Amino acid sequence: MRKHLTLLAAIPALLLGGCEIGTKVVEQQGPNGLAINQIQHKATRKIAADVPPPPYELTPDMRTGDRARDVYQNVQVLGDISVDEFNYMMASITEWVSPADGSVENGGCNYCHNPENMASDEIYTKVVSRKMLQMTRAINANWTPHFQNNYGESSEGAGVTCWTCHRGNPVPANIWSGVPVNTGKLAGNKRGQNTPLMQTAYSSLPYASFAAYLEGDGNVRVNARSAYPSQHEASIPATEMTYALMMHQSQALGVNCTFCHNSQNFGKWDDSRTQRVNAWYGTRMVRDINNNYINDLGDVWPVNGQGIYGNRRGPEGDPLKVNCATCHNGINRPLGGAKMLRDYPALKGAHSMVNMPTPPAGAPTTTAPATTTPVAAIADTKPAV
Amino acid sequence: MALLSFERKYRVRGGTLIGGDLFDFWVGPFYVGFFGVTTIFFAALGTALILYGAAIGPTWNPWLINIAPPDISYGLALAPLREGGLWQIVTICAIGAFCSWALREVEICRKLGMGYHVPVAFGVAIFAYVSLVVIRPVLMGAWGWGFPYGIFPHLDWVSNTGYQYLHFHYNPAHMLAVSFFFTTTLALGLHGALVLSAVNPAKGEDVKSPEYEDTFFRDLIGYSVGTLGIHRVGLLLALNAGFWSAICIILSGPFWSRGWPEWWTWWLNLPIWSA
Repeated sequence: MRKHLTLLAAIPALLLGGCEIGTKVVEQQGPNGLAINQIQHKATRKIAADVPPPPYELTPDMRTGDRARDVYQNVQVLGDISVDEFNYMMASITEWVSPADGSVENGGCNYCHNPENMASDEIYTKVVSRKMLQMTRAINANWTPHFQNNYGESSEGAGVTCWTCHRGNPVPANIWSGVPVNTGKLAGNKRGQNTPLMQTAYSSLPYASFAAYLEGDGNVRVNARSAYPSQHEASIPATEMTYALMMHQSQALGVNCTFCHNSQNFGKWDDSRTQRVNAWYGTRMVRDINNNYINDLGDVWPVNGQGIYGNRRGPEGDPLKVNCATCHNGINRPLGGAKMLRDYPALKGAHSMVNMPTPPAGAPTTTAPATTTPVAAIADTKPAV
Repeated sequence: MALLSFERKYRVRGGTLIGGDLFDFWVGPFYVGFFGVTTIFFAALGTALILYGAAIGPTWNPWLINIAPPDISYGLALAPLREGGLWQIVTICAIGAFCSWALREVEICRKLGMGYHVPVAFGVAIFAYVSLVVIRPVLMGAWGWGFPYGIFPHLDWVSNTGYQYLHFHYNPAHMLAVSFFFTTTLALGLHGALVLSAVNPAKGEDVKSPEYEDTFFRDLIGYSVGTLGIHRVGLLLALNAGFWSAICIILSGPFWSRGWPEWWTWWLNLPIWSA
């Protein structure tokens, strides 16, 4: 009898074993009572990593003087900055992407350069770096709608650097590539789903959604426009693909669905938070990066297993590409919103995008209040219909 | 309403929990009692406050009337009437009315010398409600975690709360609750059909006894739980449905902040195969 009682007492302990015990950090992001809130476990939530300081201060004096293109050879992107600023950038980029003994064979300058002839393009990483510099300049010039909402009027200096993704690694930690989805015959063929991965938030949803939406130009258009069953916009498998993409966005930013959506109607822009507009631009930005920069490099990427580089392509032979987690790393504002670009003005180019997408009709344009003050009255809490 | 011939026999004094003979009488078919009075008090006050909330709100559309809880920033404090205070008082009224109703059931049980199964079962329903508007909000540290009173508003709350955990169907307690709800309806459907089939034989034949009912299920699945047993099963299933519903929402937030699918990684990470 005593033994049974002991066992009985152990059951609640066992049931709580899978739980997160401890303080939660919460934020109300919608009207009261609508349950548009974020909840995080204080002990295990991701905290923004420190931003490395510049190698030395970049003074206005240093930005004058001879242009890099006139002094060095084969400077195709950063030729418009001064020699001093050019060297400052090279020192920074080395620390961000291939610090000495961040290795592929000891890192440092030689990760990209032939020390005998710094101008030579013989090492593939130098060609990639050039493309990445063009990409970084284009992101900071063209894709400000993705992040400026979060800074209000003071978005000056907000933007990305190499560090935003690389964090001291030659290949950023969070990347994706094409995956085989039809493997095996009847047995063991999981049809590209039912595989618990972080990118699908460990659900059974299909895991090949990146190729469907983060390159090419596929759109998430699955929400029916009426309550009636006769007006389906998409099949259930297509809908699950978008759900999987949303799982990734949620995991990448460390937020839940209500960070952007009022789930009463996922597709309705009027009821969504501004963050959904940011995400809408972000999806197109990622596509621009993958289509026009990474995939565009084509055969520059070495074939897997050749040379000293290890795998620079996925199992299907396509290059390693960018998704939301590449920059965000589990935090809704990468690097905690640090305005890192302020110290590296050379990484912002001129606006160059001809066909900048315009946001959908009804998309909110102002930053939604992440308020801690009471929402005024019942009048503000009516459900939108 | 006429008093049925046998009813007078059961209308006995006493058995009250509080107040002695006070309110120990019937109005028509209804037993009043102290807790009947408190039920009416709380229910009327709560309903009146909801109507007041609708009057100061933006709409009289019955689908859209919304009595919302306070902003989370109020924590566990009282909020001004128009900013969630109304919700707090309505919640007190609702709990007062539900508990009064349960205690009135207890008093009737005592008058009749019956077990307390009905009030205990109703108590599980009250527990489910209190989980949503008291237990979970207190664990989360703010009344703002309660659900709003309104038809569409509370559905929006349910939907958004579910999506705070990415995919609520992966919540293990939700799985249990849903399974119990379905099984409850299955059991009730089978039970009702079986009884009706026994009392509706072919024309000219006698109504069939419980032995026939038992034999039907022995023939079908090799076992009959029996005439009394089916009611034990039914109560067990129904109470579990409500109980696990309460557990699934108490876990969500106070004891889990991520997507529910991720909770199952404990299985993937068992040292048997992950080490």
